[in-house]
Amino acid sequence: MDKKDSLTLLILTVCLVIFPFIVTNTYYISTMVFVGINGIIAIGLSLLMGYAGQISIGHAAFFGLGAYTSAVLTAKLGFHPWGAFFMGILLSSCVALIIGIPSLKLKGHYLAMATLGFGEITYIVFNELTDITGGPSGIGGIPKISLAGYTMNTDIKYYFFVWAFLLLILTLSLNLIHSRIGRALRSIHDSEVAANAMGINTSKLKIQVFMISAVFGSVAGSLYTHYVTFVSPSSFGLFFSILLVMMVVIGGMHSVWGALIGATLLTILPEFLRALKDFEIFVYGAVLLLIMIFLPRGLIGGLEYLFNRLIKKV
Amino acid sequence: MLLYSQIIQYVLSGVTIGSVYAIIALGFNIIYNSTSIINFAQGEFVMLGGLTMIFFTVMLKFPLVIGFPLTVLVLTLIGIIMERFTISPIKKPTVVTLIIVTIAVSILFKGIAMLVWGKDTHFLPPFSGEKGIAFMGASLNPQYIWVVGITVVVVVLLSVFFKYTIIGKAMTACAVNRTAASLMGINVKRMVLLSFVLSAAIGGIAGIIIAPITLMAYDNGAMLGLKGFGAAVLGGLGNFYGAIFAGLLLGVMESLGAGLIHSGYKDAIALLVLLLVLFIKPSGIFGVTEVSGFKKF
Repeated sequence: MDKKDSLTLLILTVCLVIFPFIVTNTYYISTMVFVGINGIIAIGLSLLMGYAGQISIGHAAFFGLGAYTSAVLTAKLGFHPWGAFFMGILLSSCVALIIGIPSLKLKGHYLAMATLGFGEITYIVFNELTDITGGPSGIGGIPKISLAGYTMNTDIKYYFFVWAFLLLILTLSLNLIHSRIGRALRSIHDSEVAANAMGINTSKLKIQVFMISAVFGSVAGSLYTHYVTFVSPSSFGLFFSILLVMMVVIGGMHSVWGALIGATLLTILPEFLRALKDFEIFVYGAVLLLIMIFLPRGLIGGLEYLFNRLIKKV
Repeated sequence: MLLYSQIIQYVLSGVTIGSVYAIIALGFNIIYNSTSIINFAQGEFVMLGGLTMIFFTVMLKFPLVIGFPLTVLVLTLIGIIMERFTISPIKKPTVVTLIIVTIAVSILFKGIAMLVWGKDTHFLPPFSGEKGIAFMGASLNPQYIWVVGITVVVVVLLSVFFKYTIIGKAMTACAVNRTAASLMGINVKRMVLLSFVLSAAIGGIAGIIIAPITLMAYDNGAMLGLKGFGAAVLGGLGNFYGAIFAGLLLGVMESLGAGLIHSGYKDAIALLVLLLVLFIKPSGIFGVTEVSGFKKF
């Protein structure tokens, strides 16, 4: 982590702590909880896409695996929420390993198709494995999670809980990026052949990053489950996978901060657009299109540009 | 032989739906070849084709022979508008940017379709009645013959276009090597526009012929597009005949899987086979290895 990152992280933390004291409306707090949950997956996906240069259009599957593991184990089998939480991480990383080994040999659009196929298959399994997952009607009655004696039963508590997780994951990711592994990842993104020639085991590294991003997805899934206390397959379909990719790209693929900005925008935007009723989808598509046409490096690219111009003027 | 005629029945409907996947896959390939973009709005062309046809023939009561070309014309216009206003203005396109742009366009199209046609599922009457024809112990829906017949016509016309016309040859040249093509005096930008027009038109045709079988609603595009993309990848991206073979294969597998194994898993079976093929041969059945590796994200 460099100085700029530490400073931004500090400012973000302060803002996050102040936020619930200024905005007391629980609807906004609850939206921020979802921003945090989506942000965690988006950060993981940005490590995979922006740094290792591997696309995944199936990340909703890992989110779903985490969510369903927590749901099934706690609501049906009476596991402790934290036990289920770690089982979810274990399951997701195993699945990521099994899927990652053959998939990450593929490149470009073929990798996109393979991850997309994996995501769809997982979604279909959630729907059809009625005995375990409850099928399309889902699983309800999931208990709340507690930490150090505090049960996370209000929006405010959950807000702090989720964002603490996000800050932890963000710090881990920033450290990872600035380590030897991070530099190796960037070299894969620029040229896999050159990275290989420099003695980097690229296939192993790609699988490791895929697993890390899967774990982040699973963590977000478990957090989601214990917040809404209900899961059904519709939250983990193709649309969510594509939404995650869009968060990373719209925010700016070359930075984990971009992923966070993208997750914030794409989580909050639909809430604003809901007032437009039938025009919602249309305006949503138009906004995304305009951002991509005018800011091809994403929102963070635009912000950096503005910031640099401001500095030059001063 | 009940099982025998059942299998015949599944293969018939599989070939029909597979023909549509094949046409959609061809649409993906045409744009991919001239731009290396995967156009995620391809499925929306199909949806718009079906719904536009319904607008002309059901709502305005035009006869089929007029509604069909009018629909194709509307779709070519949509193709032109999409390329001019969303693809062409991007200054330094990267593959991921273009993917997200086409996804955004697909959301936009879906939103427009919802505003124009509402959220209902619309019905397009079959072209020549619904009375089944007995065929080897199975019942053959006449619309199936229309679908397969029109697919064959589209494939033949496209082959002739790419092999024997100057513009078609120029597009093929762009697919092989864009820089070399532009050095030979081919206007590459015009070829890109043309590829969108062509893809939109044949996507529209796919929508017209499938609408009487599957019905059509504003949100049907994504799944059709996904299957078409699957067929294009399975056949080897950019490969014309690979796409047709893979489309038919996906359709038949899906139909057999739904009928003989479990209808809920029909998509999963088709996708599983697709994944296995990719894991064994990472460039698709007919793909060339170099092509599969050349675009990074």
